[in-house]
Amino acid sequence: MLIPSLIPDPAVASPVIPSDTPIVEFTNVSKSFGDSKAVNNISFTIRKGEFFSLLGPSGCGKTTTLRLLAGFEQPDADGGTVKIDSQVVNQKRPYERQVGMVFQNYAIFPHLSVEKNVAFGLEQHNVPKAEIPDRVVKAMEMVRLDPVKFARRMPNQLSGGQRQRVALARALVLRPTILLLDEPLGAIDLKLRKEMQLELKQLNKSLGITFVYVTHDQEEALTMSDRIAVMDNALVAQLGTPAEIYENPRTAFVAKFIGESNFFEGKATRKMGELWEIAGTLGGSFLVPNHPKLAAGTAIRIAVRPEWLDVCTPGSIPPGENSVVGVVRDVIYLGETIHVIVTLGEGSECTVALRNEGQLIKPVPWKKGDKAAVAWLPEDCQILEDA
Amino acid sequence: MAGMREKALAWLYPRPAARAWSLLAPGTFWLIAFFLVPVVMMFAYSMMPRGIYGGVVPGFTLEHYKRFFDPLYLQILNRTFMWSLGATVLCLLMGYPLAYLIARSGKWKHFLMFLVVLPFWTSFLVRTFAMIFLMRDTGLINNLLLKAGWITEPLNMLYTPFAVMTGLVYSFLPFMVLPIYSSLEKLDLSLLEAAEVLGARPAARFWKITFPLSVPGVVAGSLLVFIPALGSFLTSDLLGGAKQVMIGNLIQNQFSSARNWPFGSAASFIVMALVLVAVMIYLRVRDRTPGGA
Repeated sequence: MLIPSLIPDPAVASPVIPSDTPIVEFTNVSKSFGDSKAVNNISFTIRKGEFFSLLGPSGCGKTTTLRLLAGFEQPDADGGTVKIDSQVVNQKRPYERQVGMVFQNYAIFPHLSVEKNVAFGLEQHNVPKAEIPDRVVKAMEMVRLDPVKFARRMPNQLSGGQRQRVALARALVLRPTILLLDEPLGAIDLKLRKEMQLELKQLNKSLGITFVYVTHDQEEALTMSDRIAVMDNALVAQLGTPAEIYENPRTAFVAKFIGESNFFEGKATRKMGELWEIAGTLGGSFLVPNHPKLAAGTAIRIAVRPEWLDVCTPGSIPPGENSVVGVVRDVIYLGETIHVIVTLGEGSECTVALRNEGQLIKPVPWKKGDKAAVAWLPEDCQILEDA
Repeated sequence: MAGMREKALAWLYPRPAARAWSLLAPGTFWLIAFFLVPVVMMFAYSMMPRGIYGGVVPGFTLEHYKRFFDPLYLQILNRTFMWSLGATVLCLLMGYPLAYLIARSGKWKHFLMFLVVLPFWTSFLVRTFAMIFLMRDTGLINNLLLKAGWITEPLNMLYTPFAVMTGLVYSFLPFMVLPIYSSLEKLDLSLLEAAEVLGARPAARFWKITFPLSVPGVVAGSLLVFIPALGSFLTSDLLGGAKQVMIGNLIQNQFSSARNWPFGSAASFIVMALVLVAVMIYLRVRDRTPGGA
């Protein structure tokens, strides 16, 4: 099969690096349906050209946020402002907003051929008839859909992945300022999904169009995004780059929703230079980096990623590391990593991810029932703000 | 008995064709006995000389078909055709907006559809008589208008083409609303949102998306109105009086008072041929509309 290379339309835009110029501004935006708030007083800014993800579990308000941006929903009467390109768009209809959208179910018009689907927006915008075929072909090439082969096909003759591309071409052909994507990769198989993730990222960079991407898949968000807004319960729980979100989760929800985390609780006892000593609820004490919310007596909860933990023989803890003693409950082989689950007393458990260095050559020296200590560095503790 | 049942099932189980036929047999028998055989008989009668006291006598003739092409009968056929078409168009113009609003009325839609089919709970005959009481010179409509002082003498409505048309539209409107409603109700609303983001204003969304995707419902509804209207005789008989004869009245008359069974049969077959043409047009339109039913 002939796959045309990715040809960005030179007329669209030259590659743009995400700048600090805001393109979307949500200021204290609220949206209620009946008595329940789908979005509760949220504020954030999306920068021109960036790949911005709204990540969260179902019902967290991410889709409502996207629909507020698209114009399908209006904020409540006293529900703040939505700005696009510095213009308040609260009351503007979707067709007055310069946005494109790819729907979760693609929403391809079933009675129109692929080319008619792609041409639909051009016709609605009164683009001269002579210009349309050329722009349709270019848009199809942009999403790697062979125009010769697919232009005349009807939607029911396309696979899920091809429909996805039609939906993308149909939105991009209008050269929108912002492209909204509502979980567009949810319905396609894993391999194709990985491929599309990279392609979407590449389109974002080559076209300079701001992408706003809604997903519940944390891995997808980490892979593609410049920045992620993690949403929970109608609020933005945390906004930052993938590394900030993953390595510096601010709340227990974020720490649990993105990747895996182990939690330790305790009370601050005293400050020791740049570190604080915490009396752990599981007994013993551990050290955490200084944090503005810490004072003697403060109850805190920390999160530590499984891969930042290590398993040691009790008594041979590397100096300067925190540790908790327990019993190995299970060793799980996952391929790339080996998970050692350690029971730390009172039913609390902790997962340690060890790099697999070859179980046939250099097996992990732990088995069920071994006495073991879990150890980690003080700087790997993430102090959670909501504990 | 139980043993026989076991035996029958044991015999049927490895024979899928026999299993299918055991279910199809009652319906097949019914259709053959009460539809196919009478139709074949009618076809045979339509080409046989008439008996003096009804029935037919042996022989072969095409005179009944020839007789139908008399201007008198062609005029009746033409009137029937135009009225049926008119009733179909009126039902469409009234039924589409109704079906659209019901399909968009959320939790009320099931109740509203219930109201649309509610008239079927009473007999067609009773409803037609009710129309007489509404429209006659001393009927409810005239009484109300006279009392309100909007008219000084009763409007002559009953036994006019107006009465027949009103009756036809009233009788068949639900048959238009039902299929249109079902095609609008299953329309994926995200298609309309997609069209809106792509720049389509409300009118464009309707004509480019909603309407094309409801065409199968429109065509089905039109057929469900047009075909029975073409064959109706009760409405024109009761509301049109003897003045406004439709083809159904003609046929009914041939089988009853006129005692000309062969001519009635021939007229029936001509109407059937017209219906067949209408159905073929429907099938072609439906096959050309992907995405629809």
